[in-house]
Amino acid sequence: MTGAPPLSDDLALIERLRAGDETAFMNLVEHLQPAMLRVARMYVSTAAVAEEVVQEAWLGVLRGLDAFEGRSSLRTWIFRILTNIAKTRGQREGRSQPFASLAGDDLDAPAVDPDRFDTPVASSHGHWSTLPDDWTAIPEDRLLGRETLAVIGRAIDTLPPMQAEVIRLRDALGWTSEEVRNALDLTETNQRVLLHRARAKVRGALEHYFASEAT
Amino acid sequence: MIGRELTCKELVELITGYLDGTLRGRRRRRFEAHLASCDGCTRYVAQMEATIRATGTLTEDQVTEEQKTVLLTAFRDWAASN
Repeated sequence: MTGAPPLSDDLALIERLRAGDETAFMNLVEHLQPAMLRVARMYVSTAAVAEEVVQEAWLGVLRGLDAFEGRSSLRTWIFRILTNIAKTRGQREGRSQPFASLAGDDLDAPAVDPDRFDTPVASSHGHWSTLPDDWTAIPEDRLLGRETLAVIGRAIDTLPPMQAEVIRLRDALGWTSEEVRNALDLTETNQRVLLHRARAKVRGALEHYFASEAT
Repeated sequence: MIGRELTCKELVELITGYLDGTLRGRRRRRFEAHLASCDGCTRYVAQMEATIRATGTLTEDQVTEEQKTVLLTAFRDWAASN
C-alpha cells in the first residue's frame, strides 16, 4: 500500500511506545478507540464482538510495533490491522457485508434538490432558482454552538455507516483523504463520493436548521 | 462539455474535488470562473466550508474505564515481555 509519509510526531510516538510508555499508549487508545469500535461494528454482528475485534487489533498492533517501518502513518497502519481482523471475523460469522450496504444506495443522488435550480425550459437552465442563504451573517458562537453540533451529530448518525465514518474521520478528526482511503480500504473515487454525499446531507440538515431558526 | 460554462447544478457536484484539490487544470479554472460571477454558488461554497468547520468541532465518545483497564494490562504484559 502507498500511504502518507509518517507524521514526524508518529516517529517520536513509536519510540515512546516501544520503550513501554503507558501514557503514550493510553493517549493513543483514547484518540483511536471510538473510531475503531465504529469501524469494527460495520463488519461484525454486535457491539460486543466489535469490542473483541478492537482488543485483538490492539494486540496485533503491539506484536507488530517493533517491525513497523513507518511506510504509512501510524493510525492508518492500526486501522489496516483492525479492518483485516474485523472483515475476517465478519466472514466467520457468515456476515458478509457488500460494499453497497455500507456505502449506501444513494451515491448518485444529487447534492442539492433539483427543484432548487431552473428547469430546462428556462434560458438560464441549471442555475439557482432560489439562492442558498447567506451564512456569513450567522454569528460564530451559533455556527459552532452546541445545538448546531447536535444537528450535525444527528445528521451523521442517520448516514449509511461508511459515509458516516468517512465524514467523521475527514472532517471531525482531520484525517487526510489518503489516510482515510488506506484505513478503510477505499478507492480514491469512492472516498471522495462517500465524503461528497455525507457533506451534502450534513449541509442540508444545517440549512434546514438555520432556516427554521430564522423564522 | 468543452467551452461551455459550468451550470450551478454541475458546480455543486464538483465542490468536494475542488475543496480537496483533486479538481485540477482546466476543470478547476472552469469552476473558479463560474464561482467568480455567481453569488448563489459563492454562498453554497461558503456554506460547505462552514459545514466542514462546524463538523470539525465534534468530539469523540469517551473510552470506557473497563476497556482502558483491559488495554493497559495488555500493554504492560507486552512491555514486560518485549
